[in-house]
Amino acid sequence: MYNFEYRKAGSVDEAAGIVGSDEDAKLLAGGMTYIPTLKQRLASPTTVVDLNGVGGLDGISADGNGVTIGAMVRHAAVAASADVAAAIPALADLASHIGDPQVRNRGTLGGSIANNDPAADYPAALVGLGATVQTNKRAIAADDFFTGLFETALDQDEVVTSVSFPRAGKAAYMKFPNPASRYAIAGVFVAQAADGVRVAVTGAGPCVFRVGEMEAALAANWSADAVAGIGIPADGLNEDIHASAEYRAHLVTVMAKRAVAKAG
Amino acid sequence: MTEQGIGAAVARREDRRFVTGQGHYTDDINRRGQTHACFVRSPHAHATLNGVDTAAARAMPGVRGIFIGEDMAEVGPLICGWAITDVNGEPHRAPPHPALAIGKVNFVGDAVAVVIADTLEQAKDAAAAVDVDYGILGAVVDPATAAPDGQIQIHETAPGNLSYEWAIGDQAAIDAAFEGAAHVTSLEFTNNRLVPNAMEPRACIAEYEDGTGDYTLYLTSQNPHVHRLVMSAFHGLAPEHKLRVVAPDVGGGFGSKIFIYAEEVVLTWASRHIGRPIKWTAERTESFLTDCHGRDHVTKAELALDGDGKFLAMRVNTIANMGAYLSTFASAVPTYLYATLLAGQYTTGGIYCNVKAVFTNTVPVDAYRGAGRPEAAYVVERLVEAAAAETGRDPAELRKTNFVPTDAFPYETPVIMQYDCGDFAGSMDQALDLAGYSGFQARKAESKAGGKLRGVGFSSYIEACGVAPSAAAGSLGAGVGLWESANIRFNPTGNVQLFTGCHSHGQGHETAYAQIVADKLGVPYEQVDVIHGDSAKVPFGMGTYGSRSAAVGGSAIVKAADKVIEKGRKIAAHALEASEDDIEFAGGNFTVTGTDKAMNIAEVAFTAYVPHNYPEGLEPGLDETAFYDPLNFSFPAGTHICEVEVDPETGSVSIERYAAVDDFGVLINPLIVEGQVHGGIGQGVGQAMLEQAVYDNDGQLISGSYMDYTMPRADDVPNYDVGFNGVPSPLNPLGVKGCGEAGAIAAPAAVMNAVHDALSDVGVGHIEMPATPLRVWQAIQDAAA
Repeated sequence: MYNFEYRKAGSVDEAAGIVGSDEDAKLLAGGMTYIPTLKQRLASPTTVVDLNGVGGLDGISADGNGVTIGAMVRHAAVAASADVAAAIPALADLASHIGDPQVRNRGTLGGSIANNDPAADYPAALVGLGATVQTNKRAIAADDFFTGLFETALDQDEVVTSVSFPRAGKAAYMKFPNPASRYAIAGVFVAQAADGVRVAVTGAGPCVFRVGEMEAALAANWSADAVAGIGIPADGLNEDIHASAEYRAHLVTVMAKRAVAKAG
Repeated sequence: MTEQGIGAAVARREDRRFVTGQGHYTDDINRRGQTHACFVRSPHAHATLNGVDTAAARAMPGVRGIFIGEDMAEVGPLICGWAITDVNGEPHRAPPHPALAIGKVNFVGDAVAVVIADTLEQAKDAAAAVDVDYGILGAVVDPATAAPDGQIQIHETAPGNLSYEWAIGDQAAIDAAFEGAAHVTSLEFTNNRLVPNAMEPRACIAEYEDGTGDYTLYLTSQNPHVHRLVMSAFHGLAPEHKLRVVAPDVGGGFGSKIFIYAEEVVLTWASRHIGRPIKWTAERTESFLTDCHGRDHVTKAELALDGDGKFLAMRVNTIANMGAYLSTFASAVPTYLYATLLAGQYTTGGIYCNVKAVFTNTVPVDAYRGAGRPEAAYVVERLVEAAAAETGRDPAELRKTNFVPTDAFPYETPVIMQYDCGDFAGSMDQALDLAGYSGFQARKAESKAGGKLRGVGFSSYIEACGVAPSAAAGSLGAGVGLWESANIRFNPTGNVQLFTGCHSHGQGHETAYAQIVADKLGVPYEQVDVIHGDSAKVPFGMGTYGSRSAAVGGSAIVKAADKVIEKGRKIAAHALEASEDDIEFAGGNFTVTGTDKAMNIAEVAFTAYVPHNYPEGLEPGLDETAFYDPLNFSFPAGTHICEVEVDPETGSVSIERYAAVDDFGVLINPLIVEGQVHGGIGQGVGQAMLEQAVYDNDGQLISGSYMDYTMPRADDVPNYDVGFNGVPSPLNPLGVKGCGEAGAIAAPAAVMNAVHDALSDVGVGHIEMPATPLRVWQAIQDAAA
């Protein structure tokens, strides 16, 4: 990696201040994407601001409305949380299948969503449940947060502090993994969410997206059969050596069907 | 001693240091004054080098030296050590392969310059500042279209990008046999290109001592003495007696660490020029780009059968991708390690095989676990399985109809091999039992009820290993002898150091060889140490590859042990005041026949070094060296049966059962052998279902990281049912055959035959390796369309 200045942030405000005043400074959470990027000399930041150790970002709390998970909570902690399992078991299940044990013990919710990898799992949960992202500046609805390929609504001086997930009725996530990376080729989160049925797809396109036709069908008839016949267009979906756009489109339907079946 | 002798499942002694992180690998070594190398590599598959400007880089902090190809003109190019004679009686075309490119680069990753600096970061920074003016040329990537006229020319000395066209067998006779056949099965397929992916990347440290003129090269090598020989004889880097090659713990090789690569040549040369030790360790991307790849054949294969299902003849045409240059043993792989195995386990009447070895703008292809034999087994076993399906025969029965019978050994195949022994039908029966073949139809029905497709596939492979009888190999073009040496050194206190020229990089030699010595000499297993990997300690060696370490290296140990016993007998006879002829040796004791007068071998050793009461004229010491040159290859064989379930909705394939029955002759350590079988099958499953080196049309390696290159994981492979049906080889003193590659040779056909069987239910006739979910799903869609 190239040389850079390392700063261990004492507070969210301090971290936001550093990255806000230097567009070549970068926040470090779990580092599951960023450390390999640095090691391969694919990034050359002036300053890396380490959020590990910043107080107040690592809690999980539940109330009648749902669960709120701190930005620095590791995937393994979400997977193991009794609060998450009680409120939204599908969310705990999703977290338990992110990456591998090493990634789950190190990777964070905030880091994952701020990176917005098109094949990451968490974006499907946030959009599928109608979650709200809390930053040092504002609250952002999940539907508005993920804006494109590795793009989010976050400003340069904005730091994710937590995500609030409203309780849902039936919900489940199914993904078809890339055989090599095990990221989602197509991952579908279905939920009887607080504001209605949601179907969120990750992995298949450049950014997480919802499938309105499936949502309407499931709202009318919550069953795997209701979505089995609903295809999505292959246009604009990702293509690589592991999956054509047509295959991805097909897998979205299959995963949606299986997610509904899994949700019960 | 038998509890830790030959045949005992002794836990590997080397695992204590490996699993506790105490292994000592090349990158763990640091020398005083050590500098670091970073290679400037071509980002283009094919380009002229119009200029390499190193001025800015030379001025950067910490830089000790920057060298380009022209600087190393005194160093000979990398060589191919096996000369193939083509169909016209001409030698193969092996264009020069300079360690650092001169004038032209021929694959992405080809080394253009080396930058040596005090720290690795400084070397990387300076390497980035080397300004290379490339004249980009079109790239040749697809081996199937590499050779025709009018293509882009890679090497001036290899017209049509052809290294050689080679053939074996009587083409006219085979063509005639096909004319008279009742049925012909014809298949076309690729044998997919694989990246070896040893866990430890290649690494080396080169050091020159000005005071003595000695060079030391620490290196990830499967054959340190071969490295020493080639670097001395062909590259002129140092006289052989002034070059010490040390291969310490090596974390996996699979063939990829046999070869002499540019990096160790450059570092050894440069260490003298800068007067400092130099270290280089490949990063994973460099491993993908520059380790020799494996396989990469495009083949059309045909099998002719008579009305009774007897195999009349086989005809095979293969295009083998050599990559950009001929690597160390590359030319032998698609010829003498491939076409000579096309008889398989069968009495096929005649065989013709034609091989065109072509150059492409990709990293060189060379031996990878199995080396030619997996490709051959895939040809034979796919043909047989397809023939069974096409003629409505049970695949097991069709094989049995054609097996070389047990009483026919030694058996001369039509492709110059002489099989020493075997029990092909016995292994098949045992495998059918182990696989629960009789219950397959019931399991298939169960799968069908769950919406899944189930298939079963066979692979009755044979391979040739124990490489190799030197004279025979030499007559076919090998440039080296393929013997092995062993040195058994007793210390005065009775314990033993065994020095072997084979090299352990995962095989468990330190355990298995100690078992051989303990068994043969009656020394407690714990009192035998195995030393390998250092040319300054081990007298000579040819290294470890081609499943040779037991059959060749182990036999050398037995010969050395025999010499120890022979000398010990003289010492004991003198001490016991008996005639040499009356001394028996068993269980570590020299005994006067018919008496209780005895002397333990430890006492004999002590006497040999403290020769106070000693035979007149006999040399002191008990330290014996033996060389062993094998009489023939050995021929492991067996039947593997794989059962898969396919999810037609997603194209996912899961291996539900895998039974393997292998004939490895005598097993020295069944625990280690079973581990080798597991690992080999795992790599075979990788080839069949997961792994693929993909280059785009510009010659860029698309699957150049673990994000896109699918390595087998624990959950990709099943629990294996492993059985043995050993027929001891009569041709070596241990009766062993070799087990390191069999799994990788057998598994691809077993898995793919099962996949084809499953997919035949939905009308899919053909699918290529790797049978990824995308491929399987697409094939099902295409069949339905």
